[in-house]
Amino acid sequence: MTDYWDPLIERMPVDELKKVQEEKLVQLVNYVYNHSPFYKKRFDKAGISPDDIRSLADITRLPFTTKQDLRDTYPTGMFCVPQKMIVRYHASSGTTGKPIVVGYTQNDIKEWTISLSRALTSIGVGREDVVQVGYGYGLFTGGLGLHYGAEMVGASAIPTSSGNTERQIELMQDLGSTVIACTPSYFLYMSEVVNKLGLNFKDDTKLKCGVFGAEPWSQEMRQRIETQTEIKAYDIFGTSEISGPLFTECTYQDGIHIWADQFLIEVIDPKTGEQLPDGERGELVVTTLVKEALPLIRYRIGDLTVINSEPCKCGRTHPRIMRILGRTDDMIIVRGINVFPGQVEAVLLTIPEVAEHYQLIIDRMGELDTMTVQVEVTKDVFSDKISDLMRLEKKVGKSLKTVLNLSAKVELVEPGTIPRSMGKAQRVIDKRKI
Amino acid sequence: MENKMIKQISVFAENKPARLEKMTEILKLANINIRAFTIAEAGDFGVLRMVVDKPDIAHRQLNEAGFTVSETDVLGVEMSDSPGALHEIAHILGSNNINVDYAYAFVTATQKALLIIRVDNISNAIAVLGNAGVALIGMKEVEKI
Repeated sequence: MTDYWDPLIERMPVDELKKVQEEKLVQLVNYVYNHSPFYKKRFDKAGISPDDIRSLADITRLPFTTKQDLRDTYPTGMFCVPQKMIVRYHASSGTTGKPIVVGYTQNDIKEWTISLSRALTSIGVGREDVVQVGYGYGLFTGGLGLHYGAEMVGASAIPTSSGNTERQIELMQDLGSTVIACTPSYFLYMSEVVNKLGLNFKDDTKLKCGVFGAEPWSQEMRQRIETQTEIKAYDIFGTSEISGPLFTECTYQDGIHIWADQFLIEVIDPKTGEQLPDGERGELVVTTLVKEALPLIRYRIGDLTVINSEPCKCGRTHPRIMRILGRTDDMIIVRGINVFPGQVEAVLLTIPEVAEHYQLIIDRMGELDTMTVQVEVTKDVFSDKISDLMRLEKKVGKSLKTVLNLSAKVELVEPGTIPRSMGKAQRVIDKRKI
Repeated sequence: MENKMIKQISVFAENKPARLEKMTEILKLANINIRAFTIAEAGDFGVLRMVVDKPDIAHRQLNEAGFTVSETDVLGVEMSDSPGALHEIAHILGSNNINVDYAYAFVTATQKALLIIRVDNISNAIAVLGNAGVALIGMKEVEKI
């Protein structure tokens, strides 16, 4: 039996949902035009008046917003409310320039929490559950986002944040955590520590599922995690610009449900900006329909995905995005070939001998780009015979070549040498100085 | 058959400075005596192979220190320390169609030479060498070398 947090909305017929979206879009356009000098200027420049937007189809007339806009207007230049309405700020780490500041009104926090409550309910998380939140608490939205969602559905939240892994495992055992929420790479690290302690999740904990996100991860990684730890691994999606973690898959694990009464999604061709039909891969664009402090119109999130508007087997009618395939800004160009780290992960993890930790190192020798893939040699695959190890190197190289059409040097390294991450894993090291 | 085989410890190591230092430090602290040792190098990694007096302890300690370790059954073939001795062993194995995956040899304190080999068919090799009157040493003898 499937539980719903808000069955009326989650199962609303598609036509009615579209009407809701249309109404909210029209309101939103008026709201931002009248409350944010940034949007007024942007619309005026594009020759658009709020009156021009009457239907959902009109959305394509609106200009996009980007991460650069948020940086240019740092800290609060795109906000639509005065500071007295703000109840919380979050900010991005700002590793690549000025951080991005996101503000929330009381209602923004409420809508964020509702979104997660629906999501958590859809994967069977409720009052009986103990949710260990291993996402970072602080300026990063992951920890507090999940925390509020877990509390709202009546689960017991444990705000462990990330790090201090042995203590996490101890609490997981002692408090009987049934759900772990963290990045998939941190969970892999946690699994290693669990093994090192001579334990396993199945016999020594009550863990039933993980809510993994904040970094792209492949279907192959999901299979590895589910097989090795015997828990269900669910994908969660969201970014701080549109609030934080917001959406998950349901138990059918067939795409992430995006609540259409709160967010309007499109997929566009990243080059031309043209809207793409359902099923075509492109860049995700999100319009926040109910946010007050920092509403975003046609915000180019940068994630590459495919929309599926077919109602889900679970009964929810809201559109789904299929697994995030990478980000437009994750893409690396090696010898003129576009490479997404996610693709490489998918290739590597189809090879049973390859462990979950890997790293790509891009460098330049003279005029030529080189790609080295570091793979750890675990006890299970270590052969005392050099020829076996070299065969493994060749096998990995050949699989990568087949999929990426790019020769990569495969380097076998000792277990534990690839840095473990408590938060978002750094899978790619680009040493090129261009 | 057990007393005619030796447990060899193999360790995966990246080909970079101080790996050998780290590994030998662990063996030193565990008071392990190395009887035979070789490094096979293959580009950016290598495999360290060794025969030690206490393989189980060595295995455990290296494993706990995070090394990728395995134990392999190899043969310790006793040879006379004289010209043609290696050829004689190679002839026995070759004519019986037994392939040597790798080998290393050293001279012992007792004027004998010892050849450590990994072969593709260990029980066959034990039989044919035994039939030819070649002595194979076991773990007990390793401790005494």
